[in-house]
Order: sequence, then C-alpha cells, then structure tokens
Amino acid sequence: MTKLSAAYFALLKHWQTLTGYKYFWPVFLIAGLAFCAAASASEFLDLYLQLILIYVGINIILTVSLNLINGYMGEFSVGHAGFMAVGAYVASLLTVHVFPPGAVNILFPLAILAGGVGAALIGFLVAIPSFKTRGDYLAIVTLAFCMIVKSVLENIDAVGGPRGLLGMEKLTTLPWVFFWTVLSVWVIRNLVYSNFGRGVLSIREDEIASDLMSVNTRQVKIIAFVVSSFFAGIAGGLFAHALQFINPRMFDILKSTDILIMVYLGGIASISGSIIGAVIYTILLEILRPLGIWRMVLMPLMLVLLMIYRPRGIMGLREARLFIPLRDLVTEKLWRQKKKEAPDASA
Amino acid sequence: MTEQRKTFNHSMVYVFQQALNALQLGSIYALIALGYTMVYGILTMINFAHGDLFMIGAFFCFLIAFYLKLSFVPTLLLSMLGVACLGVIIERLAYKPLRKAPRVSAIITALGVGLFLENFTLALSPYPKHIPPLLENTTWTVGSLSLSSLQIIVIVLSLVLMLILDFIVQRTKAGMAMRAISWDKTIVPLMGVPVNKIISLTFAIGTGLGGAAGMMYALAYPVIDPYMGIMVGWKAFISAVVGGIGNIRGAMIGGFILGAVEIMVAAFFPSTYRDFVAFTLLLILLIVRPYGILGKPQPQKV
Repeated sequence: MTKLSAAYFALLKHWQTLTGYKYFWPVFLIAGLAFCAAASASEFLDLYLQLILIYVGINIILTVSLNLINGYMGEFSVGHAGFMAVGAYVASLLTVHVFPPGAVNILFPLAILAGGVGAALIGFLVAIPSFKTRGDYLAIVTLAFCMIVKSVLENIDAVGGPRGLLGMEKLTTLPWVFFWTVLSVWVIRNLVYSNFGRGVLSIREDEIASDLMSVNTRQVKIIAFVVSSFFAGIAGGLFAHALQFINPRMFDILKSTDILIMVYLGGIASISGSIIGAVIYTILLEILRPLGIWRMVLMPLMLVLLMIYRPRGIMGLREARLFIPLRDLVTEKLWRQKKKEAPDASA
Repeated sequence: MTEQRKTFNHSMVYVFQQALNALQLGSIYALIALGYTMVYGILTMINFAHGDLFMIGAFFCFLIAFYLKLSFVPTLLLSMLGVACLGVIIERLAYKPLRKAPRVSAIITALGVGLFLENFTLALSPYPKHIPPLLENTTWTVGSLSLSSLQIIVIVLSLVLMLILDFIVQRTKAGMAMRAISWDKTIVPLMGVPVNKIISLTFAIGTGLGGAAGMMYALAYPVIDPYMGIMVGWKAFISAVVGGIGNIRGAMIGGFILGAVEIMVAAFFPSTYRDFVAFTLLLILLIVRPYGILGKPQPQKV
C-alpha cells in the first residue's frame, strides 16, 4: 500500500513540475482569447483566414458533440446536420425578426443559446426512439429526422422555404467562436469523465449489462442526445451568422456525412481526436482548393486509405494526456503497476 | 347517377394510374434495396456506396447508348456487367482489408467510396446529361387509363430480375453458400465454402441489380447527374430497413411500400410534402416494429 501511495505522489510531482500542465490551460485560454480578439479587431489576419478559423471552430464543436453519441455511446447517428439546421434557423430568426436591430450585437449570445436550446428539445425527441432501437435502425431514425427537418423547413414559407433565410448580420466573430468551442469541449470532456460518462461508455460496451448494473440507460441516453444536439444547435447558429445566409439544402445528408468523416478521421471516443480530425479536415479542404473539383475526389480517396491502414482513425479510443483528469491518470498508473506485480490477477 | 358514376370511374382510374407509378418507382427502389440487403446479410456491413453505383449504372447506360449506339438489351447487359465489375473491384480494394476492422470503419470507408464516385463523375462530366431514348415509348389507352410501354418494361424487367435472384439464392449451390455465410461466418469456411469468392459474387449480383435499376431510372426520368444516387440510395436503404435488413424478400416488400407511400403522398398532398410524410411514416413504422417488417429481433444476451 505504501508503494502505491508513493507512486501516487511521484506522479503528482511529475505532473506538476515536469510538464507544467497546471498552467497549460489558463495560459492557453488567455492567449487564445487574446489572439482571437486581436485578430478580429485589427487586420493582421485577413478576413479569409479568419473565416477559415471560424469554420475550424464550428467544425470542432460539431465533431466533439457528435463524438459523444457516435464515439462514446457507440450509436450511429447520421442526423447531426438536422440539429445544426434547427439551431441555425432559431438563432437567425431571433436576430433577424425578433430582436431590436440596435441591440442585436449584445443579444447575439442569447440567440445562439436559444438555437442550442431549440436543437436540444428536438434532440430530446430523437432520444426517445433510441430506447428501443439500436444500430442501423437508430441510424435510420436519425436519418429520417434529418430529412424531416429539411423537408419541414422547405415547406414553411415564413422562413423562406427552399430559398433560404437572409439578412443576418455578420455577428460570428473569432472570439465568440473561440468561447463556444472551448465551452463545448470543456462541457463534453467533463461529462465524459464524470460518473455519467461511465454510464455512456458502459452503454457502448454492453447496454443490457449496464442496465443490469443499475445504470439508468434511458436517462443517460436522453442527456447524451440533449447535450450533443444542444452543441450542434450552437454550431448551427454560429454557422448561420458567419455565412449570413442559410437554406435547407445546406443541412442535408452531405453535411452530416462531413461531420461523420471528421469524427472517424480523428477517431472515436477521443476529444483530442475530434479536435485533430476537425482541424485537419477543414484546413486540408482549404489547402487543396486550387485543385478545384479534384480536391473532392482526392479527399474521399485519402479517407479510404486512412481507414484501410488505420481503421480506428488518428486517435481512436486514445486520448491526449491534456484531456485526461489527474484522477484517471493516477488510477491507470496504479493499475499498470498492480498488473506488473501480479500479471495474472488482473487478466 | 351517371355523373356520380363518371367521377367514381375517374377517381378509380386515377388511383390505378398512381398504383402503376408506385409499382414503377417501387421496383426501382426494391432493386437497389436488394443490393444493400444482400451485402448486409453476408458481411453485416452497410455499403453506403451502393446508391452511387446505381448512379454509375445510369452513366454507363448513357455512355453506351450515346457513344456505342447499342440497342436496349445489350446496353442493359453491358451496364449491369460494368457496374458489377466496379462493385467487385471496390469490394476487393476497399472493403476486403477492413473485414476484421471495427464495423464503423467499414461504413466510413463506404461513405468515402461513395463520395469518391460522385465527385469523380462530377469532375469528368460537370453538367446533367440527357439519356437518348433507347426504346420507342408507345402509350396504350385502355378506357381512360393510359399505359406506357416504358412503365410496363420497368416493372416486368425488375420482377424478372427479382425472380432470377430469388432462384439463385434459394435453389443454387452459390445461393446456399450465401445463406450459409450469413448464418454463421466462423464454421462455414471450415466446410470448404470459398468465402471470398462468394462475397465477391454477392457484390457482383447486388451491384449488378443496382446498375440495372440505374439504367431503368435513367430511362424513366431521362436526366442524370452525379448526385442522383444520394437520395435514391438512402431511400432504397430505408426500404431495406423497413423490410428488415438482411432479408431479401423484405427488401423487395420494403421497396414497393416506400414507392407506394411516396407516390400516394405526391398524388394527394402538395408534392413538397412527399419526403416529410414518407419519413414520418417510416419513423412510426420503426417505433412500432423496430426490426422491420420481416426482420427478426436479434436475441440479446449479456
């Protein structure tokens, strides 16, 4: 026992002194926010680069939130673009029609939040069929939901129907995107490593067994879907106010496919993987832009090759140490040590 | 009285006419759904590139009809053959290395292959193409009901193809091997069944049917573009799931059901509501019968 606690303190020391991780997050957050504010206030990053960074942020939010359902919970949801559409439309309607034009700037976070809440309500509805259906059938439910959202939006003339919605001001700035991205990553990372997160993981490994071990699977599924769709809605709102124009066709199955590709490129059940996947995919698409249409030929080809040689994606089922709580690192370390001392006991 | 009778006759004719349209659309959906369900039955993998192979079938039909100027039957056979070869090549290059990988990476690979096919076709032919008419489209009028020869050919041909498929799967040795592999993947190779060959054969048949469907779709709705496979492919996938995925007869039934629902919705509601009503019905069906119409609930154990 003394050996174990010695290892604990050794690790603690190691953690704080050698890596300096204790200061990593505060430094990163302050520096990031300062960089974003400076970039949007002055012109040292041109607008094109800023837009790319905004897309990177939005894609990180989408990818991390979808990873909660597809990676950590092990379901196969293909309707993420539908939630995004709900968020985009709710937020845009608020800023264009409801809020007084003078105060739009101040009320913008409220609009984004409302978009997230709207998407979360729909996510709650989608969670209900997931009690009974799993796997491919749940994939169909989410797909059908995505198509229904698109079809409904196309049929409501008040939101522009198939023509789409115009008139948003360019309210999505780099600092806001940074704020929402950090918030979504923080919330989902904390959820995943909480007691609730263990429930999510146990549903992926074996739903019936986790039910028998007194995990409230219905509650866990509802919360996971609600949180995931909330952040998809947030991303939708940001997207609408970055592009200043939305129409229902932007949120069809191809958009969902994009998000899926980012999730599986980065790797399932990994926050750092999602971030890497979203960054690589978004930036690579921009770098390859001179190739014209051929970049859209090249990208899927690279994806297929990646899947063949690395079927789990870049970070599949692994996590960068930055995102793992100290508690879990210590537990893992102790477990490894125990295994070294008595290899048969844990096998 | 006569006036009433006339409107009654008129509406009966209308219903019958729409039923024919539903059969036509449904048989196309069913043909594509068969490809999904066969591959799923044998590999438990959803081949999301299947809808795009359907599109490739339509483009092969265009190329053959436009450049080689062949008639209907050789065009059909050649495009089926071409798509089947492409299907087998895709299976060998992209899916075979992933047979032991997690299921999801195979699905993502399939999505990638689908995107590749779409964008490759788009890069080669940037605008929608018009298919030259391969068949003399005569319209017969029976009473006030009009039948087009094209509609009859599409329906009859797909029924024939489905009968042939049913014969292959139920009565031949290869079909027996397919059913055996979908039953148990570990024992069957030990019994001397050439699993790889059978899987390739399944892909060839499934994608060949998809190619035939692509050609018929192109004849019925003669403008083709590289993205036409997405929507039709997803709808065919939905048909396969509605019928119970992995079940061949279920896929046929599912295809006809989805075709009927879509046409009926378009006939009685504004056509923009078509997708909305069709997918809502699908959701209700899946909530009532989560394993599809002919699918069996898998036993769950811990």
